[in-house]
Amino acid sequence: MAVFQLAEWTAMAPALILAGTALALFVFDSISPHSTNRSLLAGTAAGGALASLAVAVWFIVAGVGTPTVDGGLGEITVLSDQFVVDQMALYFMIIVAIVTALIVVASYDYLVGHAYQAEYYSLVVLAATGMSMMAAANSLVTIFIALELASLPSYALVAILKDNRGSVEAGLKYFLIGALSSAIFLYGISLVYGATGHLQLDNIAEVIAAGDADPYGGLLGLGILMLIGGFAFKTASVPFHFWAPDAYEGAPAPISGFLSSASKAAGFVILFRVFTEAFPLGDQMNALIGFDWTVAFIILAIVTMTVGNFAAATQNNVKRMLAYSSIGHAGYALIGVAGLSADGGELVMGAAMMHLLVYGFMNTGAFLFVALAEHWGVGRTFEDYNGLSRQAPIACAAMAVFMFSLAGIPPFGGFFSKFFLFMGALEASAANTAMLAVAAALVVNSALSLYYYSRLVKALWIEEPATTRDRLARPTGLYAAIVVAAVMTVLILPGFGPVVDAALDAAVAALG
Amino acid sequence: MMIEALIAVALIGALVTFMAPNRIAGKLAFAISLVPAALSIWMFTAFDGSGNALLDGTLAFESHLEWIQLGEYSISWFVGVDGISLPLVVLTTILTSLAIMSSWTPIDDRESQFYGLILFIEANLIGVFTALDFFLWFIFWEAVLIPMYLLIGIWGGPRRKYAAIKFFVYTNVASLVMFGAFIALIFGLGDGVTSFALPEIANAMLNGGPEGLFGLEGTTLASVVFIAMFLGFAVKVPVVPFHTWLPDAHVQAPTPASVLLAGVLLKMGTYALLRFNFTMFPDQVEAYAVPIAAIAVISVIYGAMLALAQTDLKRIVAYSSVSSMGYVILGLVAYTQFGVGGATFQMVSHGLISGLMFMAVGVIYNATHTRLVTDMSGMADRMPVAVGILVAGAFGYMGLPLMSGFAAEYFIFFGAFGADFPYAPLFTSLAMFGIVIVAGYLLFALQRAVFGPYELETDYEVSRAPLHDIAPMFVLLGLIIALGVAPDLIFQMITDAVDPILSGGDL
Repeated sequence: MAVFQLAEWTAMAPALILAGTALALFVFDSISPHSTNRSLLAGTAAGGALASLAVAVWFIVAGVGTPTVDGGLGEITVLSDQFVVDQMALYFMIIVAIVTALIVVASYDYLVGHAYQAEYYSLVVLAATGMSMMAAANSLVTIFIALELASLPSYALVAILKDNRGSVEAGLKYFLIGALSSAIFLYGISLVYGATGHLQLDNIAEVIAAGDADPYGGLLGLGILMLIGGFAFKTASVPFHFWAPDAYEGAPAPISGFLSSASKAAGFVILFRVFTEAFPLGDQMNALIGFDWTVAFIILAIVTMTVGNFAAATQNNVKRMLAYSSIGHAGYALIGVAGLSADGGELVMGAAMMHLLVYGFMNTGAFLFVALAEHWGVGRTFEDYNGLSRQAPIACAAMAVFMFSLAGIPPFGGFFSKFFLFMGALEASAANTAMLAVAAALVVNSALSLYYYSRLVKALWIEEPATTRDRLARPTGLYAAIVVAAVMTVLILPGFGPVVDAALDAAVAALG
Repeated sequence: MMIEALIAVALIGALVTFMAPNRIAGKLAFAISLVPAALSIWMFTAFDGSGNALLDGTLAFESHLEWIQLGEYSISWFVGVDGISLPLVVLTTILTSLAIMSSWTPIDDRESQFYGLILFIEANLIGVFTALDFFLWFIFWEAVLIPMYLLIGIWGGPRRKYAAIKFFVYTNVASLVMFGAFIALIFGLGDGVTSFALPEIANAMLNGGPEGLFGLEGTTLASVVFIAMFLGFAVKVPVVPFHTWLPDAHVQAPTPASVLLAGVLLKMGTYALLRFNFTMFPDQVEAYAVPIAAIAVISVIYGAMLALAQTDLKRIVAYSSVSSMGYVILGLVAYTQFGVGGATFQMVSHGLISGLMFMAVGVIYNATHTRLVTDMSGMADRMPVAVGILVAGAFGYMGLPLMSGFAAEYFIFFGAFGADFPYAPLFTSLAMFGIVIVAGYLLFALQRAVFGPYELETDYEVSRAPLHDIAPMFVLLGLIIALGVAPDLIFQMITDAVDPILSGGDL
């Protein structure tokens, strides 16, 4: 294939396109700072996201990242191995681009009448650039830089409704906790560097394998724990999850969807990459740091999904419920790391990757429905949503799809990925019987989650509205994004074969 | 590609109907539903399969496409019909069309959504009866829940919210139990199984069975899975003591949903029992025959006694379904040609008869706005045709010869009486006593409500039902009599598919 006769840096095209789009948006804004051309801004941002998506899909189809022995082009490294474009990177770049495109299209209507639209779009696309780079980052330094590139615009985006107390408060909370966790993460990096003398992930693994880090086992172990803390913040997992409900509730709903889908996925890709590349499992690793790091993830996975679900069940505010459900889903995805073992775990990690893709559609869609409800001004609680299906059956049908899919009911995408996680956890239990507990927790939590998801369906479809409402508008952009997300949540069924292959190949390559 | 066509027409039809204006939705959905009905009848006439779908039989209208490769297991789009599933497919498509026509009168709110959901259910029901890959089958199985939940919850009676959520929770928890058990079985079968295809799993079960899992012996695992799956399906059937969701769901559901619920959804449970428990676990069937037969007899008698105590016509029909499903379980556990064949025949027969009864009760309710036997008297005076059909249906329930109910019950009793399990004749005679109770409560209710001088306190004008309410009932009555006069229309096909089960797949 002629793809990579091109210079190597072009392999980062999905991220670079996003960066270029963000810059273009800045240019538009500086040319005419006082006028807001909504179509131009949203169109440019959406075009950039879709171009990034198209290029990433093209790369993966063309065989970038597929091992050369299988007839692919192999993984491509950029800037002396600081970035690596392999199947996992492309897979997550696709998730980020999809979510960004959905968010941008929906924001076209959501932002009507808001100030700072150009800033909004460029910040979204900049954050997406950071997330896309996180997918490919291959050393602790680039990981940290990409992480900050994704985080800083996010803080601003959460607080972009300047006149809304909730939004500003949420932004501040998110920023403070984010700063704290960045500090912890950075400290963890410095400890790992101190113990191994390297920042490059594969070099760290080599040093550990050669036994050169043996005198500093405790230091390394502490560093790893701190890194886990940083990941927990980014993925909204226990113990750094408590910012999420406040931030998601206060933020504009499309941004909540963006953070809870794309940002979470990006957090997971660095989690997957760091732990599979830099700290390979095995007796040597366990002896060195004094514990088996999968145990930490097993505990985190079970606790995270349980905390998220139980908290979600008690909410009255829909957005807050979705925020807690997003914590619960972080717990499901953590199974992908918890189920790794010295000689396996492709299935469970691949399943976690699939879950993040499906989650990108169903969770984003759910938050966009909340955005639609905010656009209508119907209120925030379950009761406020009563009987909406009478006036907006199509959007409500889409929301029912999202809810049932999040609960893991067939025939929607969420069932597939949860089923595969379950199968993966069972398979991993051959190596580690604690995974049986994880599998059981997954099933029990999924069953429980049906309670609060179906409550929303009941409100929308079965309850009668308490007050008569005016006719509800049908904003094109929001509707389009919601319907596309719903259709994809369903259509991913017949198309699941390629998704499974892509995710499993990526997992095999990452673990290989 | 016939089965795909059936499912696709129903699915696309559901989508189109959902978007259509309310005014035309009913007629549109009926027109669309005629396509699968006609296609399935054509399939019935062109059926060229033989043997059992799971036990090396020749499938009709088979298609098998690789779908997902997950680690060592492959998942495929694998559908086909044999002599057991085809009659149920035809039952589903015909009953759906008739149910749609019978909804034209009672459904007057959000019609397009209502008919869209009915067609969506149809698509999934066809899928349940034709899927031969566990994963695919489970998708269809679960996907039936959502539309039924909404049908009861949106268009149901006063306590619809409670009934809908109860239906959903009961059947969903049961599905999870069954699902977990079956996945454990697949893992327990070890390397012998590389896909979720049911024939492959059945084959592995009959030739060696599971190796064991999580420290359980192979035979213990098989027993645990058998029991868990039996419990999972028992809720769906339902058998006593898992039946409490059924009367609530039925009484609150709108008539057309009741028709589908009693006519087809309950058969999902018995069909699954036959396909899984009674095909894959012959040893466990033998070992647990007595408790299962006891459950069957209790369902028959207790269900009938409960019906005896009701005054709401719909509740009476609902509880008598519990009783009738008890016969199916008895026929299955008999494990003889007439027993299992009769059970399958009863699935179809009960689908027609209970559908007819619910429609008739619905038509009377449309006119009177009451279902209480104590409120009515002499309905025959005002609604002669509808009431006549109700009486005919009741006689079908009681097992009047030359109606399908008689043939079904006769096969089951005949098969169960000569069964091998201990005390089979005793269980059978006890179950036969159920017929007496059925006759008792049906005759009692009819005598109170239908005959005698006309008397009804109502503000509504009670007059003859419109033709489109009556026509579906005549179609059902015709089918009931046809199957009663000539059971071989489907019994031949059924026994052909049942025989391999009884001989452990060696036939």
